[in-house]
Amino acid sequence: MSDVVIRAEHIGKAYFIGHQSNERYAALRDVIANKTKGICTKLCGRPHHTHKTTEEFWALKDINFEIKQGDRVGIIGRNGAGKSTLLKILSRITEPTSGRISIKGRVASLLEVGTGFHPELTGRENIYLNGAILGMTRQEIKRKFDEIVNFAEVEKFLDTPVKRYSSGMYVRLAFAVAAHLEPEILVVDEVLAVGDTQFQKKCLSRMNEVSREGRTVLFVSHNMAAISSLCQKIIVLKAGKIGFAGDVESGIDHYLDDADHAKGFADLRDKKSKLWKQHNIISKLLSIETLDEIDKRQSSFKMGGCLKIKIQLEVMDDKQDIEVGIFIRDNRESIVGLLLSAAEGFKNMKKGVNSFQIDMPEINLMPGDYNLGIWVASQREVDDAYENAISIDIISGGFDGNYVDYDRFHGYGSLIHSRWKAI
Amino acid sequence: MKSENTLIIEAGRAEKHYWLDLWRYRELFYILSWRDITVRYKQTVIGVLWAILKPFLTMVIFTIIFGRLAKLPSDGNTPYAIMVYAAMIPWQFFSSAISDASSSIVDNAQLISKVYFPRIIVPISSIVTNFIDFLISFVILIILMIYFRFMPSWHMVFLPVFFMIAVLTAAGIGTYITSLNVKYRDFRYIIPFLVQLGLYVSPVGFSSSVIPGKYRLLYSLNPMVGVIDGFRWAILGGKSAIYLPGFLMSLGVMLFFLILGVYTFRKMEKTFADVI
Repeated sequence: MSDVVIRAEHIGKAYFIGHQSNERYAALRDVIANKTKGICTKLCGRPHHTHKTTEEFWALKDINFEIKQGDRVGIIGRNGAGKSTLLKILSRITEPTSGRISIKGRVASLLEVGTGFHPELTGRENIYLNGAILGMTRQEIKRKFDEIVNFAEVEKFLDTPVKRYSSGMYVRLAFAVAAHLEPEILVVDEVLAVGDTQFQKKCLSRMNEVSREGRTVLFVSHNMAAISSLCQKIIVLKAGKIGFAGDVESGIDHYLDDADHAKGFADLRDKKSKLWKQHNIISKLLSIETLDEIDKRQSSFKMGGCLKIKIQLEVMDDKQDIEVGIFIRDNRESIVGLLLSAAEGFKNMKKGVNSFQIDMPEINLMPGDYNLGIWVASQREVDDAYENAISIDIISGGFDGNYVDYDRFHGYGSLIHSRWKAI
Repeated sequence: MKSENTLIIEAGRAEKHYWLDLWRYRELFYILSWRDITVRYKQTVIGVLWAILKPFLTMVIFTIIFGRLAKLPSDGNTPYAIMVYAAMIPWQFFSSAISDASSSIVDNAQLISKVYFPRIIVPISSIVTNFIDFLISFVILIILMIYFRFMPSWHMVFLPVFFMIAVLTAAGIGTYITSLNVKYRDFRYIIPFLVQLGLYVSPVGFSSSVIPGKYRLLYSLNPMVGVIDGFRWAILGGKSAIYLPGFLMSLGVMLFFLILGVYTFRKMEKTFADVI
């Protein structure tokens, strides 16, 4: 007996996209109008145009994989690569157009936190409702009720309608129900993207627990840190096909190598400057670019790796002293660092278009998403500034050769190097 | 864990587990019905009051227009108000069941695009939800009977049978309209009109005995004719006779719609998550 629990063979899913309207559903009036038009052309004997109004689009094509009992598999890929479609097929929300999947065991899918929560109902009622929607029996919910309430920390508000809950309480309650599902196979979409860091940590540790109990977990995320801490295997989807399947490390590398080259570059002339002076503009930013150690445009960087920033700016006047600053903001909008041309004594700006590059040889930012802001000033007056010029994400990697699980420190800003000794 | 069944997902494969799944998901069915009922009666006063007022006021107006002004005959010596109300109960149930069912899939779009379950649970549970309103309006009927000192007959014991027919009629037409409503989203503008029309086409404000004999079979193509005649027969006793060929015809039409509705729904539901 094999211990394969999910076997997918040649899975494909086609959607038909109409070019006439943006609506996904048909309108009776259109159908009637088209039919009438059809009759008219037949009656009048006009040659009818054979222009196609719909087009087939394969969201997934020829997907094959096997997942074994107890595997924790991460599914990554760019937006539109077909991750969600695959999950929807696996959780039977939609049917594949071709191919076949065999699944052994009960599947619970968590594509959203709090599906079916009704604002008018109380917390207690919603636990039963949501539980049933996720496929738990009433007995099961009853048995775990106290555990769920404890996990969510909402004892006092059990009989309050959830419309009066704070958004934090709402999400906690919703996740608590989902976290107490006991399926053999758990399918999870990017649900961890909601909530604060604290909550995300709680979710992750709960998911770790679940998988330690020997359950099979399929996990879709954009968060490489979460993927690498939770999964042992990875499937990289690329434009509806499997780009890579195998171990996590190489999977993430594959995903990063394959990064969209449009990423890692921002033409600032398209963006709205935050500080556009009305007159007397001496300098103007043109573009910003992020590159890796081999000078390839990149938006994801490994912690400890090299980040290069390339900037183009235009200076209108010769004798001004130009200063450039780049600030790094984390996803909670707090600034975690600043790069300053003046601090490094860089003054080589001349009239005309200037290009220059800033190297950060060892990224010491903790894993997470960051935004780079930039400003340029002449004579201590800001000429041009962009709050979110470009965004990057940092994923964990070997730092200094000392193995530390940096994912645990998601959102901690940057690592400050220091010397430690016993005295 | 020996209960491991292998599930096969394939294009067009869902059929085989469908009815089994329906049974497996029965708790979801209960809980969705319970949710709709709880939510509807959370603002208790308005919920109950509306369930009482709507059929009652319509009955009063019909009694005045058809009974007093048009002077249409009642069944036997039954008070006209009771005759109208006996038909109003199943009609009210049917019409609100149809309108609730038709919007149910779109209203629950969130659920349908995120979780798997046999979709037919949604319209059916919204039909069942109307049972509470039915019970409330039945209480009003009893009050009316006491007021008019009207003695119901032993035929009353058959009422559940006719109610079941009403449920099945609503289920058939409801699921059919529901699938059309998902596919053609502007269909919902037509539904209130159809329901309104149905009220006048069905023998609610008048007895179906006013229809000339030769047209009665044709008239019974409307499945609600059979249901309403059945209700009148059960509630008013022998004073309202059932026209048997017509009743059978209505039953047949009901069955036709049930099969058509479930078939269409089953065919369309696979794409619900994609089009919704």
